[in-house]
Amino acid sequence: MRVALHEVCHHRFTWVSRVSWAYRGAVATVTTQQAPRTARKPGKFGNSVVKKAVMAVTGIIMILYLIAHMIGNLHAFQGAEEFNGYSHWIRTIGEPAVPEQTTLWIIRLVLLVSVVAHFWAAISLWRQARRARPVPYVTKKRVQQSFASRTVRWGGLILALFIIWHILDLTFGVVNPAGTDTTPYDRLIASFSNIPITLFYVVSMILLGLHLRHGIFAATQTLGQTNKRRERAVNGIAYVVSALITAGFILVPLSIAFGLID
Amino acid sequence: MNLTLKIWRQVSPVKKGKMVSYHVTDVSPDMSFLEMLDVLNEKLILDGDDPIAFDHDCREGICGSCGLMIDGVAHGPEQATVCQLHMRSFSDGDVIDIEPWRSGGFPVVKDLVVDRSAFDRIISAGGYISAPTGTAPEAHATPVPKKDSDAAFDAATCIGCGACVAACPNGSAMLFTAAKVAHLGLLPQGQPERDARVLRMVGQQDAEDFGGCTNIGECSAVCPKGISMETISRLNHDLLGALRAGAVPAS
Repeated sequence: MRVALHEVCHHRFTWVSRVSWAYRGAVATVTTQQAPRTARKPGKFGNSVVKKAVMAVTGIIMILYLIAHMIGNLHAFQGAEEFNGYSHWIRTIGEPAVPEQTTLWIIRLVLLVSVVAHFWAAISLWRQARRARPVPYVTKKRVQQSFASRTVRWGGLILALFIIWHILDLTFGVVNPAGTDTTPYDRLIASFSNIPITLFYVVSMILLGLHLRHGIFAATQTLGQTNKRRERAVNGIAYVVSALITAGFILVPLSIAFGLID
Repeated sequence: MNLTLKIWRQVSPVKKGKMVSYHVTDVSPDMSFLEMLDVLNEKLILDGDDPIAFDHDCREGICGSCGLMIDGVAHGPEQATVCQLHMRSFSDGDVIDIEPWRSGGFPVVKDLVVDRSAFDRIISAGGYISAPTGTAPEAHATPVPKKDSDAAFDAATCIGCGACVAACPNGSAMLFTAAKVAHLGLLPQGQPERDARVLRMVGQQDAEDFGGCTNIGECSAVCPKGISMETISRLNHDLLGALRAGAVPAS
């Protein structure tokens, strides 16, 4: 029935636009149309824009955490006692009111949920994008895309591996040269006295900067907050925030590697 | 000028295609790209070969029928439709790759012709308003702010050529969908269906094997009508607003 209804139709679109109808009248051709395809997954989270919103919101949560983390790291410049004291403080926030490590575990849970949701949305959109171009172009040129936007997916995967290494190294100490029974400051110095580990951190932080440079703009756009007027400002903020975060994180490892902190 | 063209030849949707080389001689720089293909086709017909199938209609940049990937750029080196691209943009001896739009949502019909009826289905999912027909209403009955009218008109210039999908690294039709959502959503006449429209149209764009937007901006850079990325932001804003207001996503 549907096919029969669509049997005789225009070979181009039939909504009202500025195009004069005179151009369309002459070119009626007979085509058969398939029945409309229906959405693969019903519900909110099957919608690609909702997935993007999940990425944006979890991304913002992680950026806020990164800013706090970066400021915390800078305590390394105040020496071992201050740095270990700061690390101890994180574990005892709100202590008389709540048991030890409560705040820390709340932060960890929020971050874990954010990382998992961010990853799920990314993989899901990646798969959708792969389905969307089953036959690749023989020749495809870039017109205006940035390096940051192009590398955001693979960069994200590398960052996920970095996070796993980083937790095993500095939080648990299992892959740390100084071992597990050490203070946070000992582990910090031990890791960044090692050139390959320092390089891995520096490269990862540059990747983080690129990821954020595109991510901050994309999150603003996805949450519907950009327009032509704001575009420059949003891009500017994305550059500044990502550069500050990268610089703040690289400062400590490089200072240790160059012997400014020991 | 003399050119070498490498053109995607595909007999039918189910057959595998391949790039085939052709030589065209004595091309005038004043020819449009499509006229140059016409010259090649005349030669192919005289030689008893199958002419190259490509979509075209108005040839003045307003119908949205023509669309080719020329040397890896949708609509070629100028930000205009292929019919408005002239051979003066190329030089003698150039080798030019010509491919169809490649997208899961745009299956190849033959050679350079793709089936863009996925766009029709996105439009029928919500790209309309409900208005009584009959005599045109009094023009001052529904005032439209100048700013909104300009932005709606900018979005309405979309001709549905599909270059945004072709250029997008994710094969997303979000710029097209957003142009339609912004066009109707900015005007008072589009308000009654505003929430349902954005959910249904995005639901249909996802169902048509188009990708999701990752805000890269290739679409806007090749759009012959210069539709801005701002429209996608507006679509996102409308969709999230509709969900907050309790609308149910289309399935």
